[in-house]
Amino acid sequence: MTPRIEITHVSKRFSRKSELVERLAERAGLKAPKPVVHALDDVSLTVGSGEVVGIVGESGCGKSTLGRIVAGILDASAGEIRYKGQTLAEMPDRQAAQARLDVQMIFQDPSSSLNPRHRVDEIVGAAALRHGKTTRAGLADYVAEQMRRAGLDPAMSRRFPHQFSGGQRQRIGIARALAVQPDMLICDESVASLDVSIQAQILNLFMDLRRDLNLTYMFISHDLSVVEHISDRVVVMYLGRIVEEAPVAELFAHPAHPYTRALLQEIPQLDTKRRHYAPIKGEIPSPLAPPSGCHFHPRCPLAMPRCALERPELRQIGPAHRSACHLND
Amino acid sequence: MTAPMLEIRNLRTEFATDAGRVTVIDEVSFTLNRGQVLGLVGESGSGKSVTGFSIMGLIDPPGQVSGGQILFKGEDLRTLPEPRMRALRGNRIAMIFQDPAMTLNPVLRIDTQMIETILAHEKVSKTVARDRARDALGMVGIPSPEERLRAYPHQFSGGMRQRVAIAIALLHRPDLIIADEPTTALDVTIQAQILAVVQRLARDHGTGLIWITHDLSVIAGLADRVAVMYAGRIVEHGDVDTVIRTPRHPYTHGLIGSLPSRNPRGQHLKQITGTTPAIAALPQGCAFRPRCARATEACLAAPPVTQTEGRLLRCFHPVTEGEAA
Ligand SMILES: Nc1ncnc2c1ncn2[C@@H]1O[C@H](COP(=O)(O)OP(=O)(O)O)[C@@H](O)[C@H]1O
Ligand SMILES: Nc1ncnc2c1ncn2[C@@H]1O[C@H](COP(=O)(O)OP(=O)(O)O)[C@@H](O)[C@H]1O
Ligand code: SF4
Ligand code: SF4
Ligand SMILES: [Mg+2]
Ligand SMILES: [Mg+2]
Repeated sequence: MTPRIEITHVSKRFSRKSELVERLAERAGLKAPKPVVHALDDVSLTVGSGEVVGIVGESGCGKSTLGRIVAGILDASAGEIRYKGQTLAEMPDRQAAQARLDVQMIFQDPSSSLNPRHRVDEIVGAAALRHGKTTRAGLADYVAEQMRRAGLDPAMSRRFPHQFSGGQRQRIGIARALAVQPDMLICDESVASLDVSIQAQILNLFMDLRRDLNLTYMFISHDLSVVEHISDRVVVMYLGRIVEEAPVAELFAHPAHPYTRALLQEIPQLDTKRRHYAPIKGEIPSPLAPPSGCHFHPRCPLAMPRCALERPELRQIGPAHRSACHLND
Repeated sequence: MTAPMLEIRNLRTEFATDAGRVTVIDEVSFTLNRGQVLGLVGESGSGKSVTGFSIMGLIDPPGQVSGGQILFKGEDLRTLPEPRMRALRGNRIAMIFQDPAMTLNPVLRIDTQMIETILAHEKVSKTVARDRARDALGMVGIPSPEERLRAYPHQFSGGMRQRVAIAIALLHRPDLIIADEPTTALDVTIQAQILAVVQRLARDHGTGLIWITHDLSVIAGLADRVAVMYAGRIVEHGDVDTVIRTPRHPYTHGLIGSLPSRNPRGQHLKQITGTTPAIAALPQGCAFRPRCARATEACLAAPPVTQTEGRLLRCFHPVTEGEAA
């Protein structure tokens, strides 16, 4: 079967725009050009149809950048992405537009992604109407259906976003995404700013939608317990690279990469009695100047001389289990 | 037995809002001994920060602490004149905020800020103060502290800035630290580093800690006791292992039951229905009533406080031990 998404050798570099004075200085050779951030560095990943792939890693490791590129909001600097077998460039314009619509993104902060001056029915219905998913005559019913599906009372459709709680605002964002009938959602920290009791409600909604609409998910979160609960497969990133990837049960039972192992040890557990914190040493290095070789080597308890020199390749270490570490050799 | 280091009795704080005066926390009582860690948990808006600010004497008018006692080493902080309160603050009692910017001055070098903080409370030479500042940075795990002393706050990462703010809170080896979600915005590896530091502090120096968070898992590994707040009141309070293993207030019970780690992978999470009520429009009687599956007629009245085996509960129909297991 053709995978829903195939990401091959995708890189993304951001360069900060220089001020005019700085640019002149650069041109005169007085100043080095602005540093480039390697937000993604040769990332390859496949997402099957109907699969939930969790993406974890510390802030700045490139999770959002990857999500945005797959959602077509950002362009990759190198590499390619196939949507059901084809890149957007290979598709005729109409088909490419549809392929973009098929992948919808749900953001962390529901408030900032909703226009405060629009009523809920406008927010939910606008894109659906524009893309011909409903007619003007059928709009009210259509919006009501999306709201119900997202767990909102359609009677509230004439209200403004600020009249809702945080959890309800996230539901509005979900209703808006569903209204264009996507078959894939990219959730970027979509429950991170919600209270625990509301988190459970929204996670349940995501699981219901998956079952009812056969959705594919890329589920980005720094919260490993959330990712463990909802994902079929988990991808661990560190400074722009995938360091490990495995089916969820395998990853949590047999983490292979030293970074994954350390990360799993750091998560506070509800059931551990008073524990002694013995954390990973050191900071997350700056992506402006990532360490040579294996990006994790300055913090890795198992680092060898080779680790500072050579980038470890992401390779198969078990059925559907990949890891990027020289210890695998 | 000696008196507890901190004893809070029936603390009440009010704010003036468009809707008139609103009581934001009420009947908040707990004690904290030397070297003890109390976890204060609850949803956003439940009154955790206001509790911390009230103890610190940092509620600005027209808000005010309007009732109760804050006994610190036997002395009621509410009756202290402001100059004496100011002398205690930052010296014997310190607060760490979620946002380190609340502590750090962006235009001053770290050494300037730290030395000023020391000299504000102690008569020592600048050299001694500087040495103390450097040691404090080292203690919170900041590499090459001597160099970092000369840096400005913006030259640090978020996790480093928070550690500097913590180092400043530690400068006078305070007896009490109130930490308001200091690791919420940080990555787990950085959070673990900070937890290691404060844990050592409580153990080695007898510092009492009030650790405010919405993350019960953090409390599980760090605290001795936990107080759960809902709508401005402590609804359950007890030994941390006991409360987490057998929560008895329906809110605590529902909260813990909804965590992914308490549910089979991939299955529907048990969830608490509904949302947190606005503090200005609390339901009559028990504030949790509209979301509570155990609610009865009785819950239209304010629930009684019961105390059994060191656990406090504010509920008419607590979950029984059998059900809780
Ligand atoms: N628009 C941008 N311009 C410049 N740098 C960016 C931009 N977006 C992201 N970055 C940088 O790329 C890296 C990866 O960021 P991001 O994908 O947001 O990580 P994550 O979501 O894992 O926290 C970070 O160093 C970030 O600062
Ligand atoms: N300065 C203030 N004026 C009016 N209301 C306030 C003020 N500070 C906090 N509140 C209200 O008090 C309640 C408790 O707030 P807070 O203690 O910050 O909650 P938490 O820290 O548990 O999230 C909230 O309803 C909040 O809106
Ligand atoms: S490659 Fe080396 S430094 Fe990197 S994770 Fe493996 S052992 Fe550690
Ligand atoms: S007092 Fe009644 S409504 Fe409140 S938590 Fe207990 S059972 Fe539920
Ligand atoms: Mg992100
Ligand atoms: Mg708060």
